[in-house]
Amino acid sequence: MNIRLSLTVNDESRELLVPVHKTLLEVLREDLDLIGTKHGCELGECGTCTVLVDGAPVLSCIALPADLQDSDITTVEGMADGSRLHPLQQAFAELGAAQCGYCTPGILLTAKALLADDPTPTRQRIREALAGNLCRCTGYTKILDAVELAALRMGQRPVRAMT
Amino acid sequence: MTDAVATRDALRIVGQPVVRHDARDKVVAATAYAADWALPGMLHAAVLRSPYPSARIVRLETKRATAMAGVAVVLTAKDVPRNTLATDVPGQTTAVGPLRATLHVLAEDRVRHQGEPVALVAAETLELARDAVEAIEVEYEVTPGVFTPEAALAPGAPPVHGTGNLLAQWRIARGDVAKALAGANVVVEGEYTTQLVDAAYLEPESGVAWIDSDGVITIRLSTQVIEHFRDVAEVLQVPQNRVRVIGTYLGGGFGGKEDVTVEAYLGLLTLKTGRPVKMVWTRQESLLSRAKRHPYRLRYRTGANAHGEIVAQQIELLADAGAYAYLSALVLLYSTVTAAGPYRVPAVEVDARVAYTNNPPTSAMRGFGAMQTVFAYESQLDRVARALGMDPVAVRRVNALRRGDTLPVGQVIETHVAIPELCERAWAALGPPTAARAPHIKVGRGLACNFQPYGRIVWLHDWASAWVGFEMDGSLVIRCGCPDVGGGQASSLCQIAAEVLGVTLTRISVHVSDSALTPLAGTTTASRQLYMSGNAVLKTARELRAGLLGVAAAMLGGDADDLDMDEDRVVTRDGRTLAIAGLLAECARVGVPRSHLGVYHAPAGEPVDLATGSGKVFPDYTFGAHAAEVEVDTETGLVRVLGYAAAHDVGRAINPQSVEGQIQGGAVQGLGYGLMEEVVVENGINLTTSFATYLIPTAADVPDVRAVVVESGEGLGPFNARGIGEPPIGPPAAAIANAIEAATGARITRLPITAERVARALGLLD
Repeated sequence: MNIRLSLTVNDESRELLVPVHKTLLEVLREDLDLIGTKHGCELGECGTCTVLVDGAPVLSCIALPADLQDSDITTVEGMADGSRLHPLQQAFAELGAAQCGYCTPGILLTAKALLADDPTPTRQRIREALAGNLCRCTGYTKILDAVELAALRMGQRPVRAMT
Repeated sequence: MTDAVATRDALRIVGQPVVRHDARDKVVAATAYAADWALPGMLHAAVLRSPYPSARIVRLETKRATAMAGVAVVLTAKDVPRNTLATDVPGQTTAVGPLRATLHVLAEDRVRHQGEPVALVAAETLELARDAVEAIEVEYEVTPGVFTPEAALAPGAPPVHGTGNLLAQWRIARGDVAKALAGANVVVEGEYTTQLVDAAYLEPESGVAWIDSDGVITIRLSTQVIEHFRDVAEVLQVPQNRVRVIGTYLGGGFGGKEDVTVEAYLGLLTLKTGRPVKMVWTRQESLLSRAKRHPYRLRYRTGANAHGEIVAQQIELLADAGAYAYLSALVLLYSTVTAAGPYRVPAVEVDARVAYTNNPPTSAMRGFGAMQTVFAYESQLDRVARALGMDPVAVRRVNALRRGDTLPVGQVIETHVAIPELCERAWAALGPPTAARAPHIKVGRGLACNFQPYGRIVWLHDWASAWVGFEMDGSLVIRCGCPDVGGGQASSLCQIAAEVLGVTLTRISVHVSDSALTPLAGTTTASRQLYMSGNAVLKTARELRAGLLGVAAAMLGGDADDLDMDEDRVVTRDGRTLAIAGLLAECARVGVPRSHLGVYHAPAGEPVDLATGSGKVFPDYTFGAHAAEVEVDTETGLVRVLGYAAAHDVGRAINPQSVEGQIQGGAVQGLGYGLMEEVVVENGINLTTSFATYLIPTAADVPDVRAVVVESGEGLGPFNARGIGEPPIGPPAAAIANAIEAATGARITRLPITAERVARALGLLD
């Protein structure tokens, strides 16, 4: 059985007809070609597939679009402003917070939601906010550094785009 | 190129924490991982796996699955042209002899571990492929299995294969151990147990295969070894030059993508159907069936004199290979060579064995056998120090290897050993001690060192090649068959070429990991890519530079040795410059090549006789020291790591940011090994096939890791770098165990160090 979906994805309204049992992750990757959102465990246990639904982090591998009618979805593709990186993306690139990069989209979005909620989080608050996003490469130290750097810059002035 | 460039002050780009060329792609998710690829008309594949750890296949019927609408093909062992994957294990093991480790692509009459592949399906959709897998009818007759190495080696144990269950054995005997132990002031005995763990990269095994327009079977996948194109060709029985492997940027590897994963299946399915095929394993499949790190039982007797100097070690190792050999014999060799630690030990006996069982297979994982031994030898040394009232730094200082010393295996250490400095710096980096926050909370600190080979075993005659060439506009291209697992392998090659050829980093394009189009550079394993591909690019760039500067000297007058290449120009000593594009135009006019293919050969040697301790096994080693501060809740056994510092002598940091990343990430993987990770297997059945049950560290579980990067200027890599991919995972488990004893007096000898085990050691549980 198919369902007609109406979603706003990265500020664009999208109308879709998809099988009702498809997950949000599958719809994003297969129907909308937004392959920046990655598959890690398909069970909601690793955080790799995190996207924002109405600004809040959601595990897209266990979310059904049928439950998300008319909601506003942000994926990693929606973070940069044209060629200008989001301050989180800029800080992650500069500090080497992405190694293999596979967990990076989910972590960027979780951090974006955190900074929207708390523009000056403590390091402990960042740790707790990211505790649902597994990373196997970095040991997290540079990720925490990058979120702190982005928060600092977002509180100060516009960031010069990375060349 | 003069030697002066090898000194740090003279370096311009090497040694700088530059932003990697792939960093921007990764933060905007432009990097196309293996599962992100798709082609028109692509089929989706799924694998049928054995539910039993030991069984005979009585009946295997695929008719119903094959007849399903949308199913393109169902394959079983009889459909595989050559149903064997082989790994050569060169050299002799002490007891079993030369090995040719083999496994079936698809199970024939028997299955030997849970998750063993039995059949393949390709269908129009993934859902259909999975439905078809369910429709394959298999009748199994469960047979007796063996589930511990002890049971496997007991008389009358059911053989996992046709032969006995002893897969390999290595022995070393050096000096008179019995006499030395008898004369020792202190003898410490310990038995340690390490567990089965999983690489647990976030990107599951995945790839897409197609028959390209030139008829070549092309497989684009996440792999640490593009040279497996040859293995695929053997399985398909096609010429090796008709299979191409394109390695993607990996979503993590850690050794788990060193053996063949999806490529043979994809090759078979695309060959049989003529259509593109995608295979992506689920997390459950990955955790169930991929080869893991060997669990070990390690028995040590360590004797020391009154000064704390170790006089002898008697060591017995027993490892579980699981159902297939894979790289077990070599993993055991690494353990054997490193068993006595980075210390002077005049008398050593090592008896190391690895046995087949019906457990999940084990093979390469970051650390590769040089890891399990750290937990034992560093626990032992700490106990020696405690018995003699010595501090952890002092006992390591008096015992540390020095240049010119000989390892028990007979290898002479030819480079600087920074163990004393590393211990002091790691210990100091913990800062002032933390006060216990409650009476029942105890705080303590522990130290642990390690040494890890980098580069392959010398009798494998390792080599790597690279191509470096200028385009006419002065931009540079590097081609090198080096897979990038996320550690910055490709980016470091750019820095090395930029250093030698004076090219701005942003004007370099690097192409890696394509068995058809990039010169082969070997595996991204064994902490070898910076060493091997780095040296290949360095050598190639230097040879290219020599040719170009010959032309430049003719244009500018004077001697080529007086010229430098910097900021996309040739520069003379008196400050005159020549733009690179002008030099390249002249090269074109006079017929001097603007590109070069070079090969780096690692120092090679012959197989050693381990028993008599006859010589060199590895090119060189990377040394490290980690310090941990922990708090232990003496009412619950819960351990929290308060502070962590990890020091390694990396010879030269090509990119300090990448080096720190390797150290921090490796240390946290090591903390996972020490504190929480365990693949729980009961009678061959894996009970931890999800991230809800197989726990790896989260951001909330571990402290910041302070990376202490020491550059001795001695190493065999480019600009005297040493390998740093594997070394940082080694010491954490021992550092934590030593810190717990310092805090509470309780010694933990079994990994992982869970709250329950600590509570038992504290006498809180019956």
